[in-house]
Amino acid sequence: MTKDECKQVVLDIIAEIAPDEDLSDVKGEIALREQLDLDSMDFLDIVMELRKQHSIEVPEADYGQLASLDSCSEYLTPKFNALV
Amino acid sequence: MSQHYDVAIIGAGMSGLSAGIRAAHFGKRAIILEQHNAPGGLNSFYAKEGRKYDVGLHAMTNYVPASERRAIFNKLLRQLRIDRADLDLIEQKTSRIAFPDTNLRFGNDESLLDSEVERAFSGQIDGFRRLSETIRNYPDADLEQSFRSTREWIKQFITDPDLEEMIFCPLMYYGSAVEDDMDVGQFVIMFRSIFHEGLARPVEGIRLLIRVVLDRYRKLGGIRKMKTGVKRLVAENGRISRIVLDSGEEITADVVLSCAGLPETYELVDPSLVSDESNQAGKLSFSETIAVYRELPETWGWGDDTIVFFNNAKRFAYRNPAEPIDLRSGVICLPNNFEFADRPLGEGLVRVTCLANYETWIGYSDTDYAEAKKQWFRRIQKSILPMMPEATRNYSDDLVATDMFTPRTVKKFTRRARGAIYGSSEKLKDGRTPWENLFLCGTDQGYLGIVGSMLSGVVMANEHVLKG
Repeated sequence: MTKDECKQVVLDIIAEIAPDEDLSDVKGEIALREQLDLDSMDFLDIVMELRKQHSIEVPEADYGQLASLDSCSEYLTPKFNALV
Repeated sequence: MSQHYDVAIIGAGMSGLSAGIRAAHFGKRAIILEQHNAPGGLNSFYAKEGRKYDVGLHAMTNYVPASERRAIFNKLLRQLRIDRADLDLIEQKTSRIAFPDTNLRFGNDESLLDSEVERAFSGQIDGFRRLSETIRNYPDADLEQSFRSTREWIKQFITDPDLEEMIFCPLMYYGSAVEDDMDVGQFVIMFRSIFHEGLARPVEGIRLLIRVVLDRYRKLGGIRKMKTGVKRLVAENGRISRIVLDSGEEITADVVLSCAGLPETYELVDPSLVSDESNQAGKLSFSETIAVYRELPETWGWGDDTIVFFNNAKRFAYRNPAEPIDLRSGVICLPNNFEFADRPLGEGLVRVTCLANYETWIGYSDTDYAEAKKQWFRRIQKSILPMMPEATRNYSDDLVATDMFTPRTVKKFTRRARGAIYGSSEKLKDGRTPWENLFLCGTDQGYLGIVGSMLSGVVMANEHVLKG
């Protein structure tokens, strides 16, 4: 999986969690919370959907790694590629 | 034959169903155990003589437009993946706080209350606005914080005791388990949910909301057992090892979420901790009368009041009354006087809620109970006449049906200790109990009302079922 594909996975999950959000222009380097109406409950949902849909585990200590799309892809892409 | 679940939820009320949806959505094997044959818990529904009634619903609080994405109500629907349109919500007209010499109206547009306070308490308006803004910016509910008295806290904003009582009246009636005071955190939540946000109801009543939530849970594969009371939670080595059902059957679960209430749950673990006798049992119980009239309220000149929070006493008292029912204050709700637009309902309904004394109502013999209900029904109807549009009109002429609940009814159907619908005055905000896999959710976790209890189910499932 490439980093861009990984970002798309995260965006697809956000689209499910928050169907009213406009995701057409989300900047990779800016925190998701600053661009979208997402709170800690929504971030938990991103973590939970990653586990449910992709069997990716994100321990609570690492939730901060999901702050922006760029940090998501840095953190998650190796995890996706480690899945066999 | 024992069955094992990831999570067992005691009670198919709004909090239990919401917790069940969260757990089931993320693949947890969930079971909801409900002693009654109808779901909904404290917010249920029933039919009597061919008419459908709601049990708890006056209105749902926290109403905001769909565009306010950060508001609790919309967050909640997101967490449950429920489409708002499915709830078919209609807004209140306006509501009123009616005290001996003063009325304050409020509506889903918060500027109405602001202008009313300015009109009736002009010297207090700056303090009121500071209060309102402080509440708007108040940090979100902290799961750790202990009780703080609003009576003391509010004096920095409001110095007129009459205005203070008028602000407290609806907020206490809609969600205080504490006599004559509220926790600041709770007060903030109630102020936002009623005065900043607003009131609405599903056109069809609570049954529509319950149906939507149940469907969601069922489609996710959640299991629900009705008429399945829990007899005992067996604790071994600091955790709940088995759940014994009334039938004698046993199940096991990694996590147990109890919506039964704080003292009620402790009694399930240790039957010697009788919940009705516990210091943790709530002190406030209520009666409610329902009068069904042949005609809609507007035909008898009712006007725009959807809900009237009234107090006729010199000092508003929100406490367990000495009398069987305290007629001095209460809530008059007209569930058919919302913004129904082109879908008006056929009949006029008036629901009156008053504080009631649990001991008295539970102590009557069956015959005395029936007689007391009849007598107090009449007294309540008579006592609200001054607040009806035509005090001299003979309303009973077009009365077509009546019903009444008392603390005894609440106890019978919900098993709440002392019939206290708002539960214990002690809240376990983080849901933790002395048993490591047993958590509370619902009323005694601390969020009250329909939206509050649903949120409680979501938050407790997130914390204790999903994060773990």
